[in-house]
Amino acid sequence: MAALTKEETEALIQEVLEVYPEQARKDRAKHLAVNDQSLEKSNKCITSNRKSQPGVMTIRGCAYAGSKGVVWGPIKDMIHISHGPVGCGQYSRAGRRNYYVGTTGINTFGTMNFTSDFQEKDIVFGGDKKLAKIMTEIEELFPLNKGISIQSECPIGLIGDDIEAVAKKANKEINKPVVPVRCEGFRGVSQSLGHHIANDAIRDWVLENRDGDESFATTPYDVAVIGDYNIGGDAWASRTLLEEMGLRVVAQWSGDGTIAEMEKTPKVKLNLIHCYRSMNYIARHMEEKYKIPWIEYNFFGPTKIAESLRKIAALFDETIQAGAEKVIAKYQAEYDAVIAKYKPRLQGKRVMLYVGGLRPRHVIGAYEDLGMEVVGTGYEFGHNDDYDRTIKEMGNATLIYDDVTGYEFEEFVKKVQPDLIGSGIKEKYIFQKMGIPFRQMHSWDYSGPYHGYDGFAIFARDMDMTLNNPCWKQVKAPWKTAESSDVAVAASA
Amino acid sequence: MALRQCAIYGKGGIGKSTTTQNLVSALAELGNKVMIVGCDPKADSTRLILHAKAQTTIMSLAAEAGSVEDLELEDVLKVGYGGIKCVESGGPEPGVGCAGRGVITAINFLEEEGAYDDELDFVFYDVLGDVVCGGFAMPIRENKAQEIYIVCSGEMMAMYAANNIAKGIVKYANSGSVRLAGLICNSRETAREDELISALAAKIGTTMIHFVPRDNVVQRAEIRRMTVIEYEPQAKQADEYRQLAMKIRDNKNFIIPTPITMDELEELMMEFGIIDQEDESIIGVTAAAEATA
Repeated sequence: MAALTKEETEALIQEVLEVYPEQARKDRAKHLAVNDQSLEKSNKCITSNRKSQPGVMTIRGCAYAGSKGVVWGPIKDMIHISHGPVGCGQYSRAGRRNYYVGTTGINTFGTMNFTSDFQEKDIVFGGDKKLAKIMTEIEELFPLNKGISIQSECPIGLIGDDIEAVAKKANKEINKPVVPVRCEGFRGVSQSLGHHIANDAIRDWVLENRDGDESFATTPYDVAVIGDYNIGGDAWASRTLLEEMGLRVVAQWSGDGTIAEMEKTPKVKLNLIHCYRSMNYIARHMEEKYKIPWIEYNFFGPTKIAESLRKIAALFDETIQAGAEKVIAKYQAEYDAVIAKYKPRLQGKRVMLYVGGLRPRHVIGAYEDLGMEVVGTGYEFGHNDDYDRTIKEMGNATLIYDDVTGYEFEEFVKKVQPDLIGSGIKEKYIFQKMGIPFRQMHSWDYSGPYHGYDGFAIFARDMDMTLNNPCWKQVKAPWKTAESSDVAVAASA
Repeated sequence: MALRQCAIYGKGGIGKSTTTQNLVSALAELGNKVMIVGCDPKADSTRLILHAKAQTTIMSLAAEAGSVEDLELEDVLKVGYGGIKCVESGGPEPGVGCAGRGVITAINFLEEEGAYDDELDFVFYDVLGDVVCGGFAMPIRENKAQEIYIVCSGEMMAMYAANNIAKGIVKYANSGSVRLAGLICNSRETAREDELISALAAKIGTTMIHFVPRDNVVQRAEIRRMTVIEYEPQAKQADEYRQLAMKIRDNKNFIIPTPITMDELEELMMEFGIIDQEDESIIGVTAAAEATA
């Protein structure tokens, strides 16, 4: 199917909006746009970070998800208490595939669930005493933990527990960082506020811990990788490239990360931001307080990787700049071979995306490296600065949808008929049942890494094996087509 | 006789618990089977009936046992003067947790455990001063108390509170069967107090069901953790509570209240000389400024 023109895309949006009641139509119209590369600011065409309409099957999460699930959860040597009833912690346990090295239950705790398991009596009498007791028990049972974070679930904010006081007291007792995070799920319109709250907690309870302590020996090449959650090993595939070009990665936030790395981050020369949405706050804070510059980079696909490596290197001396060129050259044969193998199989295929923090724009380049085109994209919980960064990445007249509803996404897909959809688990089976190849672009569908040159090879393989899988030809029931029903009749005769 | 469930509301410190316990004792004396459900973390709604400092509450027992499901009715229900059954919902000390949730949990527990048996004639809920959240409105929600009595006096803040409670009742009256059943004036001996409360009651659409005069015997009985009915049955004040009890027993005047506006309330208070005509020129002027003026 040929690409839609600007007019056709506009008409499609109108057609989809048609079914809504007036108020909902007015609201949703602001979240749907036809891309126009000539715009400098996205607020001319799209509204974001607003409360979802009731009844539209939004797939957004909550502030707790943003803090515990995204920012804090991957810090592997801390224990993160899901403070409140059991469900929030248990149903988000180990679901995000942020890999780490360590012995779980001994010196790392990433896939475990620690919860205060609130009962009626804890609501009525308050949970502070229980929380204090939990921390004492944690210290006894898991002495190698390097700190504790308290991730507030909704009731904590409702009953007004003083978790800050409990945290301060516990910090004195166990002499390790104890971080209270006010990420109650009802706060804000999506997980995005949870990222912000989590960043603020790092600012207030972690970053200052080594102020005035000069014992850490720094080098001019110290950097921190911020906003890489090491899904399927992404951060590892990224880190190698940075190290090979001569930089020293002092900290990884927060995939496979540690509290010690976080505490050392104010000593680095440059912060490298991958997921801007979830970590820009802390980068801005470090810029203001510690004068550490930060830049965004993109390690999806060889074009963006090379661009990013050169952009990072430009901020350092010639050794590093030469190092970047060396890295790009070193891997060229590898990624050229990947492109040579998969591009012919994927050329011209059209993709629609709907993901979270950075991927709705960051993976576009990787698809383009394989000759594919992203014809629609959108963010679950993005803000307008995300859309500002998206406009130039997407082709003119492509679809942009913010906090897309279940209905809208299905209708867009029916009309645009993409060859592949990249989104999350909630969308996966709907579209697969519609007969459309699908990849999970939150979890990499149990695969990965997708970052870096190593990741690109896996990304290309995964897209190919999904898109060109023979199963899609079998999805339609044989009796649904006249031709095959003839065959069936002939066979039974 | 079908079970009648009544809730007593009113400004904090107005004498709800004392009035309720005396009134309930009088009802028991008249041969009624009554239960009191204290809905206040302070748990002082049954002490005069049980001669106790404070009854062990449902929530504190539940906290001890692990959860409310681990409790039996006999653990929480005590029988005192005149066969009156007593329970206290209980809750946290001030400043922590959620007292409202305690009330909800306790009342649900009583229902599930069959505390509201066929034998009972009356249940009285003695509820904390202000209906600060949904928990304290629990007693007047669907299938709970259907009659509400507001204890008030001729003092300005008590009347404000009474009118505000009436506003709260309207909300639940429109969605359920709860009705305002009258104002109980617990006298503070302000001027023309009975007339004033009668006038307020008329404006809200109800009546002052009884004027309970001030009498030191109430205090004397309370020091002994007793109601007047039990401590000095022949006292004049005991008869007042008996009259109140009989009026409530015979009460048929259940209405959806028509709370009045602030202006109307102030007008009424001006009429009775509780407050003066508002002088706009004095608003926000400090004593020092007045002195130099």
